[in-house]
Amino acid sequence: MFQIRIHGRGGQGVVTAAELFSVAAFFDGKYAQAFPSFGSERMGAPVTAFCRISNAKIRSHEPVSHPNVVIIQDSTLLLHVDVFSGLSQNGYVLINSTRTLEALQVEEFCSTLPEGHCRVIPVSEIAMQHLGQPFVNTGLVAGFAKLTGSLSKLSVEKAIQQKFPGHLGNLNAKIVAKVYEQNIG
Amino acid sequence: MAHQPIKFYQTGTFTIGNRLLDKSEQTLQSQVERTNSLNSGHRACQGCGEALGARYAIDAAMRASNNQLVAVNATGCLEVFSSPYPESAWQIPWMHSLFGNAPAVASGVAAALRAKGEKGVKVIAQGGDGATVDIGFGCLSGMFERNDDVLYICYDNEAYMNTGVQRSGATPPKAWTNTTQAVGTHPGNPVGIGKNVPRIAMAHGIPYVATASVADLHDLEAKVAKAMGLHGARYIHIHVPCPLGWKSDPALTLKVARLAVESGLFPLFEAEYGEVTDCTPIRRQVPVERYLELQGRFKHVFADPLAREAIAEIQAIADTNIKRYGLVRKGVTNGT
Amino acid sequence: MKQQIEGSQAVATVVAFCRPEVMACYPISPQTHIVETLSQKVKAGEVGTCQFLNVESEFAALSVLIGASAMGARAYTATTSQGLLFMAEAVYNAGGLGLPIVMTIANRAVGAPINIWNDHSDSMAMRDAGWIQLFAENNQEAVDLHIQAFRLAEELSCPVMVCMDGYILTHAFELVDLPTQEQVDDYLPPFEPVQVLDPLNPISIGAMVGPDAFMEVRYLAHDKHIRALEAISRTSEAFHEQFGRMSGGLLESYHTEGAETIIVALGSVNGTIKDAIDELRLAGLSVGSIKISSYRPFPTHAFHEVVKDAKRILVIEKDLAVGKGGIVSSDVRMAVQNLPLVVMTVIAGLGGRAIPKSSIVRIVREACLEGLEEPHFLDLNWNAVNDEFVRQQKKRRSGLIPKNIPGDVGPFKLKVGQ
Repeated sequence: MFQIRIHGRGGQGVVTAAELFSVAAFFDGKYAQAFPSFGSERMGAPVTAFCRISNAKIRSHEPVSHPNVVIIQDSTLLLHVDVFSGLSQNGYVLINSTRTLEALQVEEFCSTLPEGHCRVIPVSEIAMQHLGQPFVNTGLVAGFAKLTGSLSKLSVEKAIQQKFPGHLGNLNAKIVAKVYEQNIG
Repeated sequence: MAHQPIKFYQTGTFTIGNRLLDKSEQTLQSQVERTNSLNSGHRACQGCGEALGARYAIDAAMRASNNQLVAVNATGCLEVFSSPYPESAWQIPWMHSLFGNAPAVASGVAAALRAKGEKGVKVIAQGGDGATVDIGFGCLSGMFERNDDVLYICYDNEAYMNTGVQRSGATPPKAWTNTTQAVGTHPGNPVGIGKNVPRIAMAHGIPYVATASVADLHDLEAKVAKAMGLHGARYIHIHVPCPLGWKSDPALTLKVARLAVESGLFPLFEAEYGEVTDCTPIRRQVPVERYLELQGRFKHVFADPLAREAIAEIQAIADTNIKRYGLVRKGVTNGT
Repeated sequence: MKQQIEGSQAVATVVAFCRPEVMACYPISPQTHIVETLSQKVKAGEVGTCQFLNVESEFAALSVLIGASAMGARAYTATTSQGLLFMAEAVYNAGGLGLPIVMTIANRAVGAPINIWNDHSDSMAMRDAGWIQLFAENNQEAVDLHIQAFRLAEELSCPVMVCMDGYILTHAFELVDLPTQEQVDDYLPPFEPVQVLDPLNPISIGAMVGPDAFMEVRYLAHDKHIRALEAISRTSEAFHEQFGRMSGGLLESYHTEGAETIIVALGSVNGTIKDAIDELRLAGLSVGSIKISSYRPFPTHAFHEVVKDAKRILVIEKDLAVGKGGIVSSDVRMAVQNLPLVVMTVIAGLGGRAIPKSSIVRIVREACLEGLEEPHFLDLNWNAVNDEFVRQQKKRRSGLIPKNIPGDVGPFKLKVGQ
């Protein structure tokens, strides 16, 4: 069982990211469950969403308290939210930022994880280049897929195309390609 | 005016003599073709204005809809006196659900008919003033706002009579009820509050709003027939004296109703899409005392040391109505 | 077809396949995604001539359906929490009139204090209103129960609530095998009302009944529910036959054969309970569980049969009868009143409090070893509660409890994992 926790802010597509994870896993022939950290709908408020991916049927409906992967859509949350809570010792961290792990002051924590499990990708910048808007969910899903190798690129692309059909999907496909060029994984 | 006024006055009473009119001008109720939708044998009190109003209104609606009518009824006197099971005075498909939801239930009936492509069947909702202006007001406003294809008829007897005469949002100023007793320094219902639902209905911009009275049954029938010819949300507010709650003589129900109209306290008008289109002029204006003095619920007004002031306050309401709707026209005589 | 889909979307899809004729909806979290999707489907012309009414309140929503159903139309709405309580009078009315309306409850706590998260307080408040109440464990079951609900409601002429946990199911993307329109059409016959407003055959619906007959009318309503037990099983079996999977029914047993301890629960927590049972059984504990699918009518006899050889029952329930304790556990006690076993109540998950597998494992072990106080409040923060007792003893105006407790629990912080 792979458990993902995504931290972002209302309006950034946190829930959509979790959905994309689960749909991509579904296309990979796996069982998946995605759900948000339910709350009132306000722009800018800290939001969490979760995804479980498994080879077996998923019965549990408890929240993810011990994730294998933490994805941070908005690095300002590092100051306010205990984003690494419960992360497994072999876990992964993926942060959307143009800054380095040192500059984000998470280097110390990341050193407790295996080499190469903590990555920063400037997904907002990549999204701005291709979409003209800082929608980061597709880029981060691609980043996760490459970092962990637990989802196929094909399924990620298929999930994105299903969620954003047509032109928007093509633009997002470019984001995915760009993220895959990054030195991660 | 919904119908052509007939220039024939019986001496003293102004009652329009059906028998003296051409058949086409007689009320439906006086004709053998009437459907008796609210049949005889019901349990309404002697002199009940609501039973009379409902009988005229529903039969008129039946004729206008080719007898293809469904009625939804709020809880209240009309619902109670026309039942209980196993008996029912209703000769039409009729449904009672709750006190506060008749407009919504009727919306549902209309929606079901629309879904089934059934265009011939018309929907009426009806209730007393409590069901309409108070507890069912939210549903009524929703039904208006959505312009659902329903004619809503309010039978206004100005208090909760079914529960034993308590104040409603339609109870007039100074009136005694069991919850606005004639005691203290300001006996009866306070002045300056309450709701005018016909005007609120107009504010929704619905196709048709009208007031009617059992004092003018030709007019009442004509307005129902007119409303039934239109689509969308329609509202008719009928003034129906209640001898029990008004402490008036059951034999004088029509006279009391007529004096409400002739004093200007209950203006008769029609409005389409939020604009007043017509009103019934007062034939012989009477001061409000003539109306009030026939009702025990206003008895304290006359006994009050400040009676003149109290009556003046009520007269001011009538005067406002007369001015607003232009009820008194040239050549009208002032009655005494 | 199998899809990875949000619970609300899946339910809306299948409700549309059930060909409702009138829907009246008022938005309330977490029901909104269901009615948004349905309004879109109706507007796009995907639901035939169905009428979708945006109404001014939940009371109006159900009232509209009362009228529509009495006119012979298939009628549907969804609500939750305050919305369900706001329509309470109409809920009883539809039950009393025997109108086969189907309503989704996206289960949510009832305020005050206002709380939008999941528990079962809302459905429990309406448990005696004369509606059948079916509870879904996951989104597949939520989908399947809606198809069954229309068939059941219309066969019995009795309204049905399909209860699914708010957010936990409504907002979760899970694998769901969605039926096709043709499959639903094969399973769900057209609505033939037993009572209808018809100008050609006028009847009076909903008139008064006096003391001489009211008792008998109510008895027959009770009898209808008792008979519904058989219909619920039959409807579920017919579903199994056609769709090839079990969903609904009266209850579902998990490792109850020979089990000393049996956990009883409603709704989505049953999945977590099954995982906990697997863990406990690996550790050598004789534990099983019963998922109650039909809470009203309560399957007293079927329940009795499953638990008759057990030693103890742990009812984990997401509700609270203030001043008494458990609600479901009362039904359970009635079902086992002549059996030599202990029934324990565990109040859990109120207002969206997570029910982790670890807590279930712990409480089952405690219950087996020493028993539990009655009722037991799972994962209650006793420090915060005791601090409040101290404050109240110190002075009369000791502050508002709903303000004090979150203060005790800690400064506001995103509670990760809750």
